[in-house]
Amino acid sequence: MSSLALRGIVREFGHLRVIHGVDLDVAEGEFVVFVGPSGCGKSTLLRIIAGLDQPNGGDVLIDGIRVNDRRAAERGLAMVFQSYALYPHMTVRQNLAFGLENQRLAKAEIDRRIAEAARMLQIEHLLARKPGQLSGGQRQRVAIGRTVTREPGIFLFDEPLSNLDAELRVQMRVELSALHKRLKATMIYVTHDQTEAMTMADRIVVLRGGRVEQAGSPLHLYNHPANRFVAGFIGSPRMNFLEAVAQGGSTIRVDDMPPVPLPAAAETSDGEAVTLGVRPEHLGFVAEDGLPGTVDIVEHMGGESYVYVTLANGARLTLRNPGQTALHSGEPVRIGISGAAHLFSRAEGEPAIAARRPA
Amino acid sequence: MIRFLTRRRGGARADWTDWFSWAYLALGVLVMFGPVLWLVLSSFKTQSALQEFPPSLWPMGQKQVAVPGSDRPLPVFSLPQPDGTSVERVMIRRVGLEGQFIDPADPARHVERARLANVTPVREMHFAIENYIEPLRQFNFARFLGNSLFVTIVATAITLLINAMCAFALSKYEFPGRNGIFLFIISTLMIPITVVLVPAFLIVTGLGLGNSLWGVILPPAATPTGVFLLRQYMLTIPDELMDAARMDHASEWRLFWRIILPLAAPALAVLAIFSVVWRWNDFLWPLIVLNRQENFTLQLGLAAFQGELQTQWHYLLAMTVVTLLPVTLVFAFLQKYITTGIASSGMK
Ligand SMILES: Nc1ncnc2c1ncn2[C@@H]1O[C@H](COP(=O)(O)OP(=O)(O)OP(=O)(O)O)[C@@H](O)[C@H]1O
Ligand SMILES: [Mg+2]
Repeated sequence: MSSLALRGIVREFGHLRVIHGVDLDVAEGEFVVFVGPSGCGKSTLLRIIAGLDQPNGGDVLIDGIRVNDRRAAERGLAMVFQSYALYPHMTVRQNLAFGLENQRLAKAEIDRRIAEAARMLQIEHLLARKPGQLSGGQRQRVAIGRTVTREPGIFLFDEPLSNLDAELRVQMRVELSALHKRLKATMIYVTHDQTEAMTMADRIVVLRGGRVEQAGSPLHLYNHPANRFVAGFIGSPRMNFLEAVAQGGSTIRVDDMPPVPLPAAAETSDGEAVTLGVRPEHLGFVAEDGLPGTVDIVEHMGGESYVYVTLANGARLTLRNPGQTALHSGEPVRIGISGAAHLFSRAEGEPAIAARRPA
Repeated sequence: MIRFLTRRRGGARADWTDWFSWAYLALGVLVMFGPVLWLVLSSFKTQSALQEFPPSLWPMGQKQVAVPGSDRPLPVFSLPQPDGTSVERVMIRRVGLEGQFIDPADPARHVERARLANVTPVREMHFAIENYIEPLRQFNFARFLGNSLFVTIVATAITLLINAMCAFALSKYEFPGRNGIFLFIISTLMIPITVVLVPAFLIVTGLGLGNSLWGVILPPAATPTGVFLLRQYMLTIPDELMDAARMDHASEWRLFWRIILPLAAPALAVLAIFSVVWRWNDFLWPLIVLNRQENFTLQLGLAAFQGELQTQWHYLLAMTVVTLLPVTLVFAFLQKYITTGIASSGMK
């Protein structure tokens, strides 16, 4: 188990800067998820940590020691690659043993570690097969098994579940979380799927364009997104956004629809143009006032329903309604804010506007 | 086999396309295998049978039998009898237009006489194995064979190794001038071998390798085609595999031996076939480097049968068959390996 620190990591490809000074601390035993849209530099950052790529600036520290000059093998890390990168010409057993043989471990020790990892990941019956004879999920397990046998200080995962079908993905998610609990190992996990991030992470690091937008626990990010990007990225279905104008801090007006009261007053100036963000479960139907609109579609999930509404000004909203609803499409409704609301400034980066302290 | 040959394009009756493709393929087989078949059959003909006209496909020759009192086998003729049948008799002597014949079953009996115009030679299938045995004994062909095997095996091994190393560096490492070096190597393809023959010979003799098998092996060991073939193949091996191996504590050297070479096996097999065929059949370069007979390769040995005044066709053909055998075996063996190699690429 190791800790990791990144200090001002910069990476450029030619003249193109893809990582803009990333600072980060990962504690021992923490499960940290890097999440962000495709091309934001997640893999690049992971490869820099692994030692497969060199940063143009900044330091990588493992257990407080600068490791920039250490080769990948000497950093005590193990990585699961997006394509699994199993050696196609070796059997599963040879795949697991390859790294250990290179370290010149004793035969008995190698056998012990393989047996243990195979039992833990339930791949004992596959040891004699080649990767080409395995299903996607089985390959995934073998790839994870290969890292487990190495007993690394930090596990690195690069979108390991992105090639699996939805059902298997849910299952592997649970297994990975269980593995983390069991090994109590430090893990860094890269994904572009916010659900994976929310369900597995101790801490989520949201990246965009090579910068850290926000880092924190899943619920902290969910409840207190630092800016509009994080708010929109975390949570499913997505947060609703409406262009609005603040009115004295405690009410807000969307176009010329009736003003909506905010659940908590925000630090805005009167007449400031802002973006109102409300999660689907924090919108509700009201008898009067509220935003007028008509129901587009109702999705019945059984335990809950999603109602898609088009407002009078053409904006679309998603509402999550607990339980079942009798609403049907075309029905006129009025919508009010029943839970938390977020206001985002229109300034650069669209940062969240803090709630006004009660006087 | 029968079912395979009579396979049809659906339907109960043979379509005209079936006949057409059958005929086309049969023609192809004939064109491809006809000469080889002729070569193999002719290699068993005696020198006189080869010069017969009209030529026969099978190795036919006049029947000969050993008779007591004569140190070499004597020819057998068929003698017509007054009752219209004919009997087989051995000719022991020839006198003018007549021959003296005896019965091979009972040589002590009386001697028959007959005019040569009335008798016909008895022909039978005769495989002249001596075509193979004689050169191997007399002309040191075993030695040529050994030299050829040595040159082919060692040269192919060296070619595979250094071409693979070069291709590995050119396909998997980023370094300044990489593309320049690659283009340079490829551009040497455009220089005809005849241009470099003399300088290459001077270098070989300068290094003291003249008239030695190493002088044949080393200079053409690195081939631009080989580098190109292997590089293109290695480009398709995913870099993530190399990263994975690096994380697995593999040194770059080990990466090459344990990951790259096994995965490039299909391309290596193709190159091995090319190299074996080319080295085995190579004539010009060994001819220039080697001038003492004990160092000759098979191809040089074969050329020795083709003298200025006469050609010993029977030996030439037999030794050509010997020469063909190893290449055919190598090809048959590696071809199977190529297809399995391509089929079992394991990445998803
Ligand atoms: N070798 C390279 N040369 C040039 N640009 C590169 C190279 N590798 C990555 N990039 C660029 O760096 C940026 C980040 O790439 P990276 O692979 O880290 O993205 P990612 O976040 O992992 O995306 P994904 O979710 O699609 O895997 C991309 O814009 C990519 O085009
Ligand atoms: Mg990636």
